[in-house]
Amino acid sequence: MRIAVVATCLADSLFPDVLKATVGLLERLGHTVVFPRAQVCCGQMHVNTGYLKEALPVVRHHVETFEAAEFDVAVAPSGSCVGSIRHQQAMVARRGGDTALAERATALAGRTYELSELLVDVLGVTDVGAYFPHRVTYHPTCHSLRMLRVGDKPLQLLRAVGGMDLVELPAADQCCGFGGTFSLKNPDVSTAMLADKMGNVLATKAEMCSAGDASCLMHIGGGLSRLKTGVRTVHLAQILASTTEKVYA
Amino acid sequence: MTTFLGVPIRRSRDAESPIRGSETFPQAAKRAVDDTRLRRNLGRATATIRGKRQAVVDELPDWEALRDSGSAIKARVMAELPALLEQLEANVTARGGVVHWAADAEEANRIITGIVKSKEVDEVVKVKSMATQEIGLNEYLEEHGIAAVETDLAELIVQLGHDKPSHILVPAIHRGRAEVREIFLNEMTGVAVGLTDDPRELAMAARTHLRRKFLSAKVAISGTNFAIADTGTLSVVESEGNGRMCLTLPETLITVMGIEKILPTFSDLEVFMQLLPRSSTGERMNPYTSLWTGVTPGDGPQEFHLVLLDNGRTNALADEVGRAALHCIRCSACLNVCPVYERAGGHAYGSVYPGPIGAVLTPQLTGIHGHDDVNSTLPYASSLCGACFDACPVKIDIPSLLVELRGRAVDSDRGHGLPTGWDGAMKAAAWVMSDEKRFAAAQKGLAAGRLIARKGQITNLPFPMSAWTGSRNIAAPPRQTSRQWFAETHGDSEGSA
Repeated sequence: MRIAVVATCLADSLFPDVLKATVGLLERLGHTVVFPRAQVCCGQMHVNTGYLKEALPVVRHHVETFEAAEFDVAVAPSGSCVGSIRHQQAMVARRGGDTALAERATALAGRTYELSELLVDVLGVTDVGAYFPHRVTYHPTCHSLRMLRVGDKPLQLLRAVGGMDLVELPAADQCCGFGGTFSLKNPDVSTAMLADKMGNVLATKAEMCSAGDASCLMHIGGGLSRLKTGVRTVHLAQILASTTEKVYA
Repeated sequence: MTTFLGVPIRRSRDAESPIRGSETFPQAAKRAVDDTRLRRNLGRATATIRGKRQAVVDELPDWEALRDSGSAIKARVMAELPALLEQLEANVTARGGVVHWAADAEEANRIITGIVKSKEVDEVVKVKSMATQEIGLNEYLEEHGIAAVETDLAELIVQLGHDKPSHILVPAIHRGRAEVREIFLNEMTGVAVGLTDDPRELAMAARTHLRRKFLSAKVAISGTNFAIADTGTLSVVESEGNGRMCLTLPETLITVMGIEKILPTFSDLEVFMQLLPRSSTGERMNPYTSLWTGVTPGDGPQEFHLVLLDNGRTNALADEVGRAALHCIRCSACLNVCPVYERAGGHAYGSVYPGPIGAVLTPQLTGIHGHDDVNSTLPYASSLCGACFDACPVKIDIPSLLVELRGRAVDSDRGHGLPTGWDGAMKAAAWVMSDEKRFAAAQKGLAAGRLIARKGQITNLPFPMSAWTGSRNIAAPPRQTSRQWFAETHGDSEGSA
């Protein structure tokens, strides 16, 4: 299959290891990966901050870029960006008076998947042949859980990883407090939410906390680093891409 | 009358209104977050209710269908509201009740106070009611020499503590039992000096106090959970039985209802009697359901007044977001699952309607007047995690409503005054993010971040990013972006072989 990656503006700029792992995994599974060069951002940050008018050119750019690329399906290693593509882009276009763009965005969203959805629902694999010899806990991220309803797909994939000790995270479905610009607009509440999330991560005695969203991991990892806990964060893609020959984390 | 995006706002910007705060959400929330006792009380209480709710929801195989029914009935109510209200009025009147229409808080308070005064009493008993909280009825009555005694235990604790409710269902959720003991000792007459903080002892003290009030009251004031148009029936759903004492013992009963609380038919009640107790208290069925229709000679109150309260609701109804928010049945499930509410507490929202639904309802009922208005911070009091939408028994899509309200808050500022820091940042970001060349240039700028990093982490950034680095590190930007890596490893073509 010819799969286009939605790099996401955040992982593109700050977390290239996430993209390397996503590409490495898909190629190992025998697929061709394309990177539409002009891509930048899905527009989520603007939408969630209330700047819907400003989100319009960002959304238009995303839609035009991916329409111009040749691929069967697109994948983003981010539940929240796929949530934005699926649930917000058409709304932004409609609100901006561009119904044609709304339809194009909806069509594109129809073939854009979050990583665990792509693997389990589209490619039909739960065992990707990964090997990752660490004690890991998994934070299911709000938008994957509630906007995309990925359910236990990430866990199905993680349970099949060789050598890994997957430990359950207490109160896993509670938000980590990132929420995009929420973390800046309400830093005190955001930090209080993060403190509880970190407490739960530490209680698992895991070496690493994983998730399917680089943004939530940036938040959780930023807190864990500040407290010098020694616990690292690792993206779901990095675990699934790792094998005995090549480690992505 | 001013206009906000086509929606006329009748209310003033009265900072004293019980549904309008005087502080921004982040300011008020900071105080709550710093209060460790409050955080502990809230965390424990919400976790308990969450667990109970989930257990009783999970045992219903048709829960999703019930939510759909609840949502559909509410949609019908909103579409047919004027006709349903007239039907209710006709049926209540036919059964011996008196119906009053109140456009705003002032008018409702005036009507109620007039009725109470005509009975020549200086004390009334009250059933816990959000509608009377919303209009500040107790304070109004007090100004007119009438003491309103709250009989719901939690509401009584709030009232005696000269406090404000911080939760729709559990108004004293922020108080621990040691604090309750202190309040009772200081404020209740005839309390034993040896009162401990044992819940049973506290409850017995409250019972003794309230019995005296129930037995002497001539007038009771209640809200209503549901009013049924086709029969003229009113209802109160409660856990303690105190409400039933108020609804049956006094000679005169005055009920205040927000006009959206109506249901078309008696059979609609079946749906809500399943949805409400499970969502609010985590019970299969609430212990006390009182239903009354007009007056019944020789049984219960012999005079019944129903006050239909608008107070911004018809304005909200004319608006897509407001109409959706009016579906709310005040179960408070969204509060109990909200991670922001759990940390910030109810007072941070500055309104008798706190939590996620309060963040929607409060700006709808009282407007957002520019970014200096404290109401403009409410739609941002959410990480948009979506837990509220999942918990809502009538499927109000609160996260989408919050995003829409954020959009309106930003739009209402356009062209007025100086742009804020956020305006500048978001405009610049949109310019950068709608063109890959500009984005690539901006990514190069990020590389400077490596200069201030220690061991790959940045620990201190200037304002406004200091809001992040106050408590969190951020990884130093990488030497190579994802796109650079892809181009280098996969050549100039867009695909891999």
